[in-house]
Amino acid sequence: MGGARLLPWSRRGQPGSQSAAGRAVVMATPSVRAAHALVDGDLTPLPQPQGSRASREGLGSRAPRDPRRGPIPWAPGMNRKKLQKLTDTLTKNCKHFNKFEVNCLIRLFYNLVGGVERQGLIIGLDRNAFRNILHVTFGMTDDMIMDRVFRAFDKDNDGCVNVSEWVHGLSLFLRGSLEEKMKYCFEVFDLNGDGFISKEEMFHMLKNSLLKQPTEEDPDEGIKDLVEITLKKMDHDHDGKLSFADYELAVRKETLLLEAFGPCLPDPKSQMEFEAQVFKDPNEFNDM
Amino acid sequence: MGLALAKLAQWTAAGHGAGTLEITPLNEAILKEIITFVESFIYKYPQEAKFVFVEPLEWNTSLAPSEFESGYVVSETTVKSEEVDKNGQPLLFLSVPQIKIRSFGQLSRLLFIAKTAKLKEAQACVEANRDPIVKILGSDYNTMKEDSIALNILDKITRDDDPEREIKKKIAMLLKQLDQHLLNHSLKHISLEISLNPMTVKKDIELLKRFSGKGDQTVLESIEYTSDYEFSNGCRAPPWRQIHGEMCYVLVKPHDGETLCVTCSAGGVFLNGGKTDDEEDINYERKGSIYKDLVTFLREKSPQFLENMSKQGISFNEEQQKEKDPLSEAPKKDEAAAFHKDISGSDKRSLEKNQINFGRNQMTKRLEPSLNWKTTVNYKQSKGSVKEIQEDKHTGKLEKTRLSVSLGRAQLRRKSAEKIEEIISDSSSESEEDEEPPDHRQEANADLPSEYWQIQKLVKYLKGGNQTATVIALCSMRDFNLAQETCQLAIRDVGGLEVLINLLETDEVKCKIGSLKILKEISHNPQIRRNIVDLGGLPIMVNILDSPHKSLKCLAAETIANVAKFTRARRVVRQYGGITKLVALLDCAHDSTEPAQLSLYEARDVEVARCGALALWSCSKSHANKEAMRKAGGFPLLAQLLKTPHENMLIPVVGTLQECASEENYRAAIKAGRIIESLVKNLSSQNEQLQEHCAMAIYQCAEDEETRDLVRLHGGLKPLASLLNKTDNKERLAAVTGAIWKCSISKENVTKFREYKAIETLVGLLTDQPEEVLVNVVGALGECCQELENRVIIRKCGGIQPLVNLLVGINQALLVNVTKVVGACAVEPESMMIIDRLDGVRLLWSLLKNPHPDVKASAAWALCPCIENAKDAGEMVRSFVGGLELIVNLLKSDNKEVLASVCAAITNIAKDRENLAVITDHGVVPLLSKLANTNNNKLRHHLAEAISRCCMWGRNRVAFGEHKAVAPLVRYLKSSDTNVHRATAQALYQLSEDADNCITMHENGAVKLLLDMVGSPDQDLQEAAAGCISNIRRLALATEKARYT
Repeated sequence: MGGARLLPWSRRGQPGSQSAAGRAVVMATPSVRAAHALVDGDLTPLPQPQGSRASREGLGSRAPRDPRRGPIPWAPGMNRKKLQKLTDTLTKNCKHFNKFEVNCLIRLFYNLVGGVERQGLIIGLDRNAFRNILHVTFGMTDDMIMDRVFRAFDKDNDGCVNVSEWVHGLSLFLRGSLEEKMKYCFEVFDLNGDGFISKEEMFHMLKNSLLKQPTEEDPDEGIKDLVEITLKKMDHDHDGKLSFADYELAVRKETLLLEAFGPCLPDPKSQMEFEAQVFKDPNEFNDM
Repeated sequence: MGLALAKLAQWTAAGHGAGTLEITPLNEAILKEIITFVESFIYKYPQEAKFVFVEPLEWNTSLAPSEFESGYVVSETTVKSEEVDKNGQPLLFLSVPQIKIRSFGQLSRLLFIAKTAKLKEAQACVEANRDPIVKILGSDYNTMKEDSIALNILDKITRDDDPEREIKKKIAMLLKQLDQHLLNHSLKHISLEISLNPMTVKKDIELLKRFSGKGDQTVLESIEYTSDYEFSNGCRAPPWRQIHGEMCYVLVKPHDGETLCVTCSAGGVFLNGGKTDDEEDINYERKGSIYKDLVTFLREKSPQFLENMSKQGISFNEEQQKEKDPLSEAPKKDEAAAFHKDISGSDKRSLEKNQINFGRNQMTKRLEPSLNWKTTVNYKQSKGSVKEIQEDKHTGKLEKTRLSVSLGRAQLRRKSAEKIEEIISDSSSESEEDEEPPDHRQEANADLPSEYWQIQKLVKYLKGGNQTATVIALCSMRDFNLAQETCQLAIRDVGGLEVLINLLETDEVKCKIGSLKILKEISHNPQIRRNIVDLGGLPIMVNILDSPHKSLKCLAAETIANVAKFTRARRVVRQYGGITKLVALLDCAHDSTEPAQLSLYEARDVEVARCGALALWSCSKSHANKEAMRKAGGFPLLAQLLKTPHENMLIPVVGTLQECASEENYRAAIKAGRIIESLVKNLSSQNEQLQEHCAMAIYQCAEDEETRDLVRLHGGLKPLASLLNKTDNKERLAAVTGAIWKCSISKENVTKFREYKAIETLVGLLTDQPEEVLVNVVGALGECCQELENRVIIRKCGGIQPLVNLLVGINQALLVNVTKVVGACAVEPESMMIIDRLDGVRLLWSLLKNPHPDVKASAAWALCPCIENAKDAGEMVRSFVGGLELIVNLLKSDNKEVLASVCAAITNIAKDRENLAVITDHGVVPLLSKLANTNNNKLRHHLAEAISRCCMWGRNRVAFGEHKAVAPLVRYLKSSDTNVHRATAQALYQLSEDADNCITMHENGAVKLLLDMVGSPDQDLQEAAAGCISNIRRLALATEKARYT
């Protein structure tokens, strides 16, 4: 088998829930380095838009926590009634989660942002914090894709994911049907939002997917070829770009193509770990 | 030592008779090793040095008696050692020029005395004593036999009672060690030695040719092969010389000398005896020393060559450069350029023609062949990766060749010649299992389809891409027609299999799925299967069976199902615990807590179970796997799955059960587990494959009587009978007829089949069917024929004719069955008439010559009713020329069934007095008598009948007595079988007509036994016993009367 063992991203032999640093090694790309910085930031304060508020409330600025590290504590500054109400409203609009699960997610959210909203201040997960979660919890590594995922979560496009967007986003992220996921993924991959995934967009998303061959004259040749291969496989109407119809047809034929241009959904393993951790038996933390 | 000497030493003649050792470096090395061994023997093993050889080692020595000093009694022409054996014989005895030595001690001393002539003495000794071990230790230790000499020797010695056992053993061990040492040593030697091959030689000659011709500048005047014909392995020497490693003969005319006739052999280049007078033949004897190659040889022989060669050196060097770097600029000299073209052209040609040569070249490359031109090697290296793979393959083979070097040079030559032939006929040498097809790689130069390059590109992306690129490449690869062999082999040939298997070891579910989807498809190809196993793919797939992802489990199981089609793969699956895991997959099916919506990439439990069953089906073709499956609790799960309504699930489940039904354990479980009911139910399914496997399972199980009854009770006979009418699917037909055959062993079932008109249909199937079907059809008819009514049906449907026609077949199982049916039909006189008319008896009789005992026996049984019922049977039997002699000679068989059947036939033949006379002449009496000492009741029964029949002629009664048949017959009366009793009593009655026999009987206590028989309810027995007693009694009375009168 020899050389094949050197697959650049092979994770074999590393412990399942390894440290983020261990995971970051999987791709030696600029994005990884960025992710690295994020993870290292665990120890140092992250730039916080509401830094003043944090200090006013006497809370130390804190990085988003990795939910896998222990049971979620009670949402800081949240009273029981309010939480109940919020849970009820969000549950109504949520297809895939039950009340308990919504409750867990809300509490996780407030834990991650470090407090509840006050005085009309919008609080939520900003881009960096969200990306950090994607990276640490769901093992995503591609910078661009993570940005796109953030945008897909951030429905109102205000630069941060609020609690409702959080629950809705995760509902699709974790439990979405194939149709929902297709829509979501297409949205993620359609970088400029024009309803098509163009060749340029594909190239952009795939440009780091091949090991650079120093011998090749044109280092991008492989990527270009890969784009052509993808088009050949998915572009059914032969117009040189992927419409949603093209994409849907291809995915229905071969589910593996759902995340054709980069992993934008949690891999099954981290999903299972996340769910197991977040939706723990309520008795475990009711007495906190 | 014996082995090394026999195999390694280079004897002048082809290795027979009193050959002499050639003076070659190898032989010298061997002799030196032997000398060192013998010299040090006296110090190292003083005890053993005194051991006296069984036979002396004798040879003609060149030593003069005067050279012997102290310790020897020296006369003018003789020398005796003072050291003597137990009988006072000297251990060394020299009588000029012959010397006899009987101990290692003396051998050692002799070598000291010989001083400078050591080598000569050792050579003479070895030449004169071709197998020294026999002489030293005795003929029991013949080491010329190749295998396990050590074992042989040690085994012999441990059983020996010789008081010198210990010493002998030690010596044997020492000699064995020496042998080993010599082999190793010479192996080293051989690998150091220059080994030329046809390719290098050919290139040398071709190159020299280009630089030869008239004029002063050329290196040679001319260089020519003696023969224009080139064998496929590149040699030009006649095959009987190729055995000696010779490749070709060349006539070289240098500028400054006579024409030289040169032999190019694997061992080097040397001058031979030249052309003989008749201009056709060559004197092959070596006339000069050996050079490592042609150029060295010519340098030595011709100063002019040496000189011109150095002048030409520049172009040679350029040539060399050019070959090393194909991208470099064209050489300055036109001549050299043309030359280059020529070389690479011829390279390419020979590459196409004979790839093995490249493999061999790789070996010689290390040995630095001839002119240091590395043309082939470099040329090859500049080729694409495709070829590299092929080369690897060949080097693999080469390594094997290298191993066989130790077996001796001559053998090596022959072997590699064979190898070459193998390659040419495009069949690989590795065929560890017959079911594995030969592995043929695509020809390097064959026009590769465009798919090949596309696949190569995709594999490149697989190797160098991240998850995303990998998934895209995998999906794209699936768009190729993976069922096509070109694509399957292309994936393998560009190294795709390794990557695909490696992907399975990663954590990426998507990549694993994609990879397995491809592996699943391409593993339909037998070669790919083998490659997957070779690459260690199975253990990984077995591990995936534990994965939490059901779709992965499914795919892995399906791939295993495809791969495990040959024994080795099945063994690997078992060894890695795959059977247990596969059985666990079956368990999913009744897990009711299935989520309403399947998550991404997931499959249903039923599907998982189906795939598990598929894999088990493949695996269940090995006995050990069936056992492992049973231990893992597979049977109850299979039984459970059998109740599902899904056809695609039932096929693998029934298939597995059918395979397993060959095991007694499973058959019992099937009987007990209400499986038959399900099988019968599924016979009526619409799916042909399912019907086939159900029928097959019934066929396997119906050997058991209870099972046959179960099939009937569950109404299985009717669907079976109706399936008989569907003859389009031959596999199913074979399975169905098989099931009918086994079921019809029960009489009740036969009655049912008659009701369903199955017998008529079976007769209709006697023509135009494949053998598998015919065997079963005829078998079924054979069972049905046990009843008169059915025999009539067969006759009325015109079945006799096709049955008799089948008697000329060669399928052994079919012949056994056909003879049985014909025999059964012959019981009925009307059928017998038809058989007689069709010359069926003659055909049956011919089957007595069939090599297989089952056929012989079956034919002989069938002959009995024929002879019994045929009109004019005696005349008919006599009309078969040599027939009677044939059947009498069958009494020499050692198969009990054959003997019993032949006895029965003889009983019938002997009813005709004339024939009885003939078989008596053929010596039937002594042959029958010889058989008398048997315990087999069936044989006893028929033998006794035959004896009683044969008594009817001439003095046969007396003859039986003379051949001591009477006493054993008396013992038959103690048997528990009444058939034996009756036949024996009748025989004894016949024999008791002779007075001597009566005495023998009386002596053996027959009277008391016979008296018991008189009380038997069997009338014939009563009568015969009484008759016999009366004969004995009468004799006694007569004797008394004679005494008193």
